[in-house]
Amino acid sequence: MNFFQEEAADYTGTCMLPEAFLRMQLNLSKVVNGCRLGAVTHLGQNGEKTLEFPGCLLYTRTGSAPHLTHDTLHTIEGLPAMTHITLSSLAEHHEVLEEYKEGIGKFAGMTDAVLYCSLHDPVTAVPGGYNTNKTVSVWGGGGRLELSVPKFMTIQQALQADWFQCLSDGELVPGGNSKKRVKKSVDRSLAFLDQCLTLQQESEVLKKSLLIGAIEGGDVLDERLRSARETAKRPVGGFLLDGFQDQAMDKETKLSLIEAVTAVLPEDKPRLIHGLGKPHEVLECVERGVDLFDSSYPFQVTERGCALTFSHTHHPDPETAVLEQNVNQDAVKSSEERVQNGEPDSSSDDKTPFEMCLKDKRYWDDFDPVVPGCSCYCCHNHSRAYIHHLLMSKELLAGILLMIHNFHHYFSFFRSVREALKDGQIHKLKELVFRQAQ
Amino acid sequence: MAASMGTVAPLSLRVLAECRVSKARACELRLPHGEVPTPVFMPVGTQGTMKGVSAHQLRALGCCICLGNTYHLGMRPGPDLIKKAKGLHGFMNWDQNLLTDSGGFQMVSLVELSEVTEEGVRFKSPYDGKQILLTPEKSIEIQNALGSDIMMQLDDVVSSTISGPRVEEAMYRSIRWLDRSIAGNQNPNSQNLFAIIQGGLDPKLRKKCLDEMTKRDVPGFAIGGLSGGEEKDHFWKMVTLSTDHLPHEKPRYLMGVGYATDLVVCVALGCDMFDCVFPTRTARFGSALVPWGALQLKHKQYAKDFQPIDRNCSCPTCKRHTRAYLHALFRSDTAALHHITIHNIAYQLNLMLSVRESILQQRFPEFVQDFMRTMYGDKKYPRWAIDALASVNITLD
Repeated sequence: MNFFQEEAADYTGTCMLPEAFLRMQLNLSKVVNGCRLGAVTHLGQNGEKTLEFPGCLLYTRTGSAPHLTHDTLHTIEGLPAMTHITLSSLAEHHEVLEEYKEGIGKFAGMTDAVLYCSLHDPVTAVPGGYNTNKTVSVWGGGGRLELSVPKFMTIQQALQADWFQCLSDGELVPGGNSKKRVKKSVDRSLAFLDQCLTLQQESEVLKKSLLIGAIEGGDVLDERLRSARETAKRPVGGFLLDGFQDQAMDKETKLSLIEAVTAVLPEDKPRLIHGLGKPHEVLECVERGVDLFDSSYPFQVTERGCALTFSHTHHPDPETAVLEQNVNQDAVKSSEERVQNGEPDSSSDDKTPFEMCLKDKRYWDDFDPVVPGCSCYCCHNHSRAYIHHLLMSKELLAGILLMIHNFHHYFSFFRSVREALKDGQIHKLKELVFRQAQ
Repeated sequence: MAASMGTVAPLSLRVLAECRVSKARACELRLPHGEVPTPVFMPVGTQGTMKGVSAHQLRALGCCICLGNTYHLGMRPGPDLIKKAKGLHGFMNWDQNLLTDSGGFQMVSLVELSEVTEEGVRFKSPYDGKQILLTPEKSIEIQNALGSDIMMQLDDVVSSTISGPRVEEAMYRSIRWLDRSIAGNQNPNSQNLFAIIQGGLDPKLRKKCLDEMTKRDVPGFAIGGLSGGEEKDHFWKMVTLSTDHLPHEKPRYLMGVGYATDLVVCVALGCDMFDCVFPTRTARFGSALVPWGALQLKHKQYAKDFQPIDRNCSCPTCKRHTRAYLHALFRSDTAALHHITIHNIAYQLNLMLSVRESILQQRFPEFVQDFMRTMYGDKKYPRWAIDALASVNITLD
């Protein structure tokens, strides 16, 4: 059954439905305390890929999983079914891609990948004050690139992603946005969406893609709801809850806005969010109806020389549970010790309680794997002492091994979330994760 | 065991084929961590890792021996830790062979204030500023802790561009240091110690060094003190003089040589083993090696070039990626460096495999002619290569 038909019926008078609509389906198998368990099916060129949620996408830069080649990436178990590319890192190459003609997936050597293209890189803060009624700026390696709707759609035509975030005005103005500015961002984003949908009808290539509508509205509830309701009226393939990466917005505001927004969104389309990816944040968002996350968090952990160690599984075997507990206590202790000794943290201040910093001297002669029992290539083959040595020597292999472990760990966390939902154990998982978030 | 059975070097060399025209040979070198087909190029993994390549990937490329640097590893993380990790093999989880250098070369080239005396090399640690004395015994002690399959003696390294009494002094000192190194080796049954022929660019000194060192029963010989910016004309003459006098049944390792042309020419002159940081270092600067030279992938001309680096290369990079993608990726992620590094290692290893095949099939001279034609399309062969090859009866048309 095509779930979009009814929903978008009003709209078909003015424009045709994108082809991809005819295939993709969202199967919602369970909703527990607001958490949605399900899968988006019939994805990809042959319609044979399935994206389970709650889940995450594979984070990439210029179409490449950071630090990894095809061989090292594919040592990782449970790779996400969808790869996340960023327009900001690719826009500067659009002329090349136009000439190439076969899309970013093949260009980047991932022929079979199902692709979602976001406007910005969730890792990089976007400077505010550059967007206009006609253009949105993205920031790549070559600096600022100003995108009008036609230019944006031309680039999307060259990229040929399965899903792409619509051009939207989600920039954050330092010191908070005025209500007037917030309203403008919602208006502009809706106008961009309508223009994009119109242009999509003119291109056979773009008709194969689905637009992901961005929900704006800053911290103003009414504007958030207006943005959500209006976006939902359009034939979009899903929704991006934009602007929640804002560090200035307090957590309670964020969570109540997310909850309010998802409440007015149709059930049969996926909801994505960027920049909220720490394990406890993921669970809080999932409880409020968010389905899909990016995996920039494990990348950031990698960049500060750290490894994810938090536990996210229930073990009937108490010994393993104790072991995992110890790993984490180790990590916590190390930062406490540093504070006591007045040592500067060797990683950055951004370090979260879910990770251990392998730059720490204490791992110099520690021949245990990063996480005992972990089956990733890094833990299976190398010791903490070796990773510590690679980090101290600024060796490139450090980034490779940590990226492998951190992706592996993060992806299996999402598997645990889905399993906990399936088994009705999500409250236990939440308790376990929140205990470690302290 | 050593006491009852005597010392047997953990190495054997079987010469499988010798070129009927030149001095090239194809051998099978047996080492504690497996067989190494020669001629062989050994990639350099300075600090216990091939930069940007996992041990598994390196193995998959067909590498059976790579290098570690005693100077770097001795400084950090230090021999005690590596010993605890079951040697460098265990520390980096590499189950194939390892060769470690003596550390002397880095000291002289990297450390400004180093001073050579009869005792050893005295230098100030760039890590903590402490005075350190590296003696031949100390170098072997560290290499024993690293557990490499082939260890190199500490030699007195002088620049190949200087001449005079210092070269002679260094040559004689290297002989004395060889004896001290042999005496210091705690693991002669599991670790091979190679001597390093010195003597600068002076044939008489080289010959003297060869005469003396070949009197010692070491498992293999390296030709040292070259590849340091000297005239290529001098370089190849020292190489061929050395191979003329080295024992037939022992491996010959030409240190620091890694340019494709140099490899092919020096195989013709009778060398078996080579190492160089060039292929991996140049990869990190964006340069991909091809049979006709190199491609600087950072250059704009590759932005829309949708071919692989080399159509005929079957490495993981060429099977999947275009020059244009590598060009685009270079600016944003380290993976670009890894892709090119993998290609360049594959290029070096495959070049040596082709060289070896041609020797085994008695068509090495033709291989050399083809190789040179492809590399220097305009036939402007370097003079030294023409001369070196002519000296072993291979003529370039």
